[in-house]
Amino acid sequence: MTADHLRREEWAVTLPSLGWLLALFAAPTLLVFAVSFRPADPYGGIGAGWTLATLREMARTPLGPVIARTVRLSALTTAICLALAIPCGTCLARVAPRRQAVLLLLVVVPFWTSFLIRVFAWRMLLHPEGPLKRVLVTVGLADPHTQLLYSEPAVLLVMVYTFLPFAILPIYAAAEKFDLALLEAARDLGAGPWGAFVKVFLPGIGRGVLTATLMVLIPALGSYVIPDLVGGPGQDMLGNRIAQRAFSDRNLPQASALSAALTLAALAPMALAALVQRRPPALEAAARKEAA
Amino acid sequence: MATDGFLIFENVTKRFGAHAAVDGVSVGVQKGEVFSLLGPSGCGKTTLLRIAAGLETPDEGRVWLDGEDITDLPPERRRVNTVFQNYALFPHLTVAENIAFGPRAAGWPRARIREEVDRMLALVQLTDQAGKKPRMLSGGQKQRVAIARALINQPRVLLLDEPLAALDLKLRQRMLVELDLIHDEVGITFVYVTHDQGEAMGLSDRIAVMNRGRIEQIGRPAEIYEAPRTGFVAAFIGDTNFLEGRVEEHLGDNYCRLGVEGFPDIECFNDTGRPPGEPVCLSVRPEKIRISRERPEPAPHVNVVPARVADAIYLGTHTRFWVRVGRHRVAVWQPHARFLLDERPIRWGDEVWISWHGDDGFMLERFSGADAALVATPPERIGAANGGVAP
Repeated sequence: MTADHLRREEWAVTLPSLGWLLALFAAPTLLVFAVSFRPADPYGGIGAGWTLATLREMARTPLGPVIARTVRLSALTTAICLALAIPCGTCLARVAPRRQAVLLLLVVVPFWTSFLIRVFAWRMLLHPEGPLKRVLVTVGLADPHTQLLYSEPAVLLVMVYTFLPFAILPIYAAAEKFDLALLEAARDLGAGPWGAFVKVFLPGIGRGVLTATLMVLIPALGSYVIPDLVGGPGQDMLGNRIAQRAFSDRNLPQASALSAALTLAALAPMALAALVQRRPPALEAAARKEAA
Repeated sequence: MATDGFLIFENVTKRFGAHAAVDGVSVGVQKGEVFSLLGPSGCGKTTLLRIAAGLETPDEGRVWLDGEDITDLPPERRRVNTVFQNYALFPHLTVAENIAFGPRAAGWPRARIREEVDRMLALVQLTDQAGKKPRMLSGGQKQRVAIARALINQPRVLLLDEPLAALDLKLRQRMLVELDLIHDEVGITFVYVTHDQGEAMGLSDRIAVMNRGRIEQIGRPAEIYEAPRTGFVAAFIGDTNFLEGRVEEHLGDNYCRLGVEGFPDIECFNDTGRPPGEPVCLSVRPEKIRISRERPEPAPHVNVVPARVADAIYLGTHTRFWVRVGRHRVAVWQPHARFLLDERPIRWGDEVWISWHGDDGFMLERFSGADAALVATPPERIGAANGGVAP
């Protein structure tokens, strides 16, 4: 079997998913970009012709604080998720197969309940009269006037809760493939337990960590239900602004322009990840020089 | 310390559940020697090595290195390094970075690290591969990186866990020579774990043959081969004939007369003073037995037995015969030191005489059936002791 033959077969296998991606992902995204340059129609539709009015309008709106909050909350969510997922995923990969199946099920089980219902459950838990508040007050960790719900920490908490499984699963997959003998080799060569973890284990599961980062960061950047339901009036994120433009203002070009901006912002970390994964030869040569 | 040496295991026992992987082992490795732990898989040799490395903690006993008790030291604080069976090279680091791992962890100055890495790369002949990742290397190259990565730390003892097992035969033979050269050059103590008797014999100063978590015999390769102390050692190292019989009478001069069914009286060296009547298993190596058409001249202590050739395999350097004596099958290897075509070769069905000197037989305890499964050539394939009657 020749290489060309193999390639043609590969194409045949890849084509359906490629078509799916083009029709349902690339085309709509381009559509959103295009709509940003159309005028708004007073009835909530899209007018005829092309205009830069929407972009000018967007430039006039003070979006700075919203963008800062969106990036801050997403970055914090990603960091906390990773910090929790690395030990969790590693343990998952190490336990006996039978227990592993049960634990993996526990990670996935929340998906069986609607996302909205789970966020509403958090509203109940964090409610001023809710169980969590009562426990905290009884134990003496919070005073009765503390506001749990409608605060930025509440948004962060629910975001971490929501996205944690997306971080655990790729890290578990990477940790399961990791060869434990490498840790023994590191210890044998004089690295302490922490040194072996940082210098050998983390690079070993690097791809898993990268995937987990993308799986959490990108949806976190676009989240709007969580800040809407458990955040206060000052806690809206970019997603909320888009929803507002689309549903309340019924201004689709404005919503599209914001969405496009968010898409570009989300693509940036992915492009960076792609760059890191495919280290150019120059970087590798530099690493070699450093090693020698 | 009852045992002396540079690296000492003193009564070391390691259990996994109820199973004792290492069972009360005491052995002293001398400074600068190549010491092999040889045995079938599951005999505890790797566990013993991992105890020396600090990767396993013994349940009982102590480990000493250069007079210091290292039993409770973590691996990173022991001056021993390991060449792992599958090399365990760090996939995200280049060859040079892999070799520099230990010195970096130890915080050597950069200039010294660079210098030593270069020296090690030259030693294992990988200078031109320094910038490659391990996955781009061949098996033999990976193996050499693993050795360099361990040696750069200047360990007092280098532990090698089946380092050649993953290589093909040709490469294994070449690496064996290279390992020997490296040992000569660096002069540090090697502890070498292997299940391959050829590797152990070729490389070692001394060998400890292990079975079921215990050491069966320690000695120089020739001692182990020529004077095995147990049936297991005799069968595991090389090939041998086992003949079951009993001691009939002592003949003086440390010899005794053995009775083996189907054989005339057999004379055998008896330095262990086995009493008459004791059942024994006589082990005679096939290359110690001579085969001829004419009856050999009688000589003191030489056993001469009539036989019939049941099978002959010509191998160029020697011929392997299987001859029948009564219900026994006996392996005999005849070397060809002279031009064979001028002679009249012995063939299948020929009536022959086999003979061996009484010093070449060893009386051992009976070989247990469970051990038979562990050795490369079970005795029933060679001798007839366990019922290997030719059809």
